Amino acid sequence: MSATLPPPRLLSSGDSAVTVEFSRTIDDDANQRVLALDKALAASPIDGITESVPTYRSLLVHYDPGRIGFDALGEKLLALASQPLPPATRARRWRIPVAYGGEHGIDLEDVAKTLNTTPDDIVARHVAGDYKVAMIGFTPGWSYLSGLDKSLQMSRRQNPRLLTPAGTISIGGIQAGIQCLAAPSGWHLLGRTPVRTYQLHRNPTFLTEPGDRVTFFAIDHKTFEEQDRAAEAGEIIAEQVIA
Amino acid sequence: MSRLVIASIGPASSVQDGGRHGAQRYGLTVSGAMDRLSLAAANTLVGNEPFAAAVEVGPFGASFTARDGAVRVAISGAPRNADVAGSPVAMDTSVTLKDGETLTLGFARGGAFTYLAIEGGIKGEPVFGSLAVNARAGLGSPYPRPLQAGDEFTVDAASGAPELRIELPKPSSGPIRVLLGPQDDEFDDANKALFLDSEWKISATSDRMGYRLEGPAIKHLHGHNIVSDGTVNGSIQVPGNGAPIALMMDRGTSGGYPKIATVITADVGRLAQTSAGTAFRFKAVSMAEAQDEARKFSQLIRNLSDRLRSADTVALNIEALSDANVAGYAVSAVDAGTWQVAAEP
Repeated sequence: MSATLPPPRLLSSGDSAVTVEFSRTIDDDANQRVLALDKALAASPIDGITESVPTYRSLLVHYDPGRIGFDALGEKLLALASQPLPPATRARRWRIPVAYGGEHGIDLEDVAKTLNTTPDDIVARHVAGDYKVAMIGFTPGWSYLSGLDKSLQMSRRQNPRLLTPAGTISIGGIQAGIQCLAAPSGWHLLGRTPVRTYQLHRNPTFLTEPGDRVTFFAIDHKTFEEQDRAAEAGEIIAEQVIA
Repeated sequence: MSRLVIASIGPASSVQDGGRHGAQRYGLTVSGAMDRLSLAAANTLVGNEPFAAAVEVGPFGASFTARDGAVRVAISGAPRNADVAGSPVAMDTSVTLKDGETLTLGFARGGAFTYLAIEGGIKGEPVFGSLAVNARAGLGSPYPRPLQAGDEFTVDAASGAPELRIELPKPSSGPIRVLLGPQDDEFDDANKALFLDSEWKISATSDRMGYRLEGPAIKHLHGHNIVSDGTVNGSIQVPGNGAPIALMMDRGTSGGYPKIATVITADVGRLAQTSAGTAFRFKAVSMAEAQDEARKFSQLIRNLSDRLRSADTVALNIEALSDANVAGYAVSAVDAGTWQVAAEP
């Protein structure tokens, strides 16, 4: 699989970070290599690296130039990135409850109209998906998912909203998302989950990790209210499937 | 224990430190002081660790009153008038407020952020090793939001240590240095040249997330949408309208606009302290130069305590003396133990 991809490019992100870029587009194979390199760095740390940030197509590696220079670090990263991918281990899977439509998913009807179908059909297709957390970014806990059904892929809104609610479950382009905090968004809002992917003073603070698998299931709005209160009190709510 | 009570404070003021590291992979940005050198200088003056939490005072004024005992503080960063009961307090010095005394800071006369460090530091509950305020994520301690009048800190009683000043290197007025990339190949040579050769101003709508730059529109080679990737402090992204944004400490951890260049670590604080409306330029440097400057910058911060002087000694304007070609004798006469007089001017 990795043989079909060119070696990563090393791009300077200033004097204290380097972007290891596997692809310019959203590409599952590239994402797999990003996560594999991230894991390899966790398993055998390189002195001087302070933090690594996986994204869809690249790994951003923060480092201290007082401990390792760009060239020496680049060489080590390229050597690690050229290793064959380790055999796939079974990923952790989360089942995430979603209250679709109505006040919680204000774009569900419009999405159905645009795609010439019913809101129920949109929900069915969204629930049927088998997703992977490709990256977490922008704001705490915002999990970008790959694996969106091709029939649900549509361009983002012309006018992004300045504020969308905490827990928003949305789709945009070829991506699906779980949004934790209220934030601006140009994606289409299908529903809301009571699950907090980020919650201070809860163990764990962050629920999802890049590489986790995700599926959704529908709950009614009354269940949402109950679970939302429980989640606020620190319950995890999301069901973890033990592989 | 004493208390330091905020009698008044303008917007954009918050508790900041060296930042929150290790959770960018979860979308949690680093936050921390906009001008790390000034934070470190203020802390060093009162004997704190360089990146201990301090009050980052925004461009407007503020006043702080000691209660239940004396409190020792220090100020560094954007210059402003400061006084205690009418007697002036110089920038880059420490001062002890007696019980009931108030330190009043005026508006920033240049730049934006002044750091008020408190002897013994600010007490709070760190999250990911930091007390820094990140209002969007509801983080920061003791107040997870910008500071308001009436807020107070429980602090150590003043030690009674003699007051100090710190002699910082004269800030450069040269261009803000950048490394091109990571997505400079999303721009043609003409647009890269336009970015590097133009005069820029910081828009008044800038904040701790990003500084919007006013100048010519920079055009992309293939459009403005890239697949989101990671950002750093000082990433300069170019959105669809062609007006670059320099990402600052409260940036999103990832972004989907091409990043033409990255401000070097040593110059991020200088950019942060560039006043809105002041014209400045960028200059591209090599990786070797940028990393050399980064190492010197962290060495400067590590060795700040070597730059402490008794507040009683005259603050000499060494540059002016140099210009007058009298530096040698005058300097060694005043403070022979500290100044290394250059062999030749």
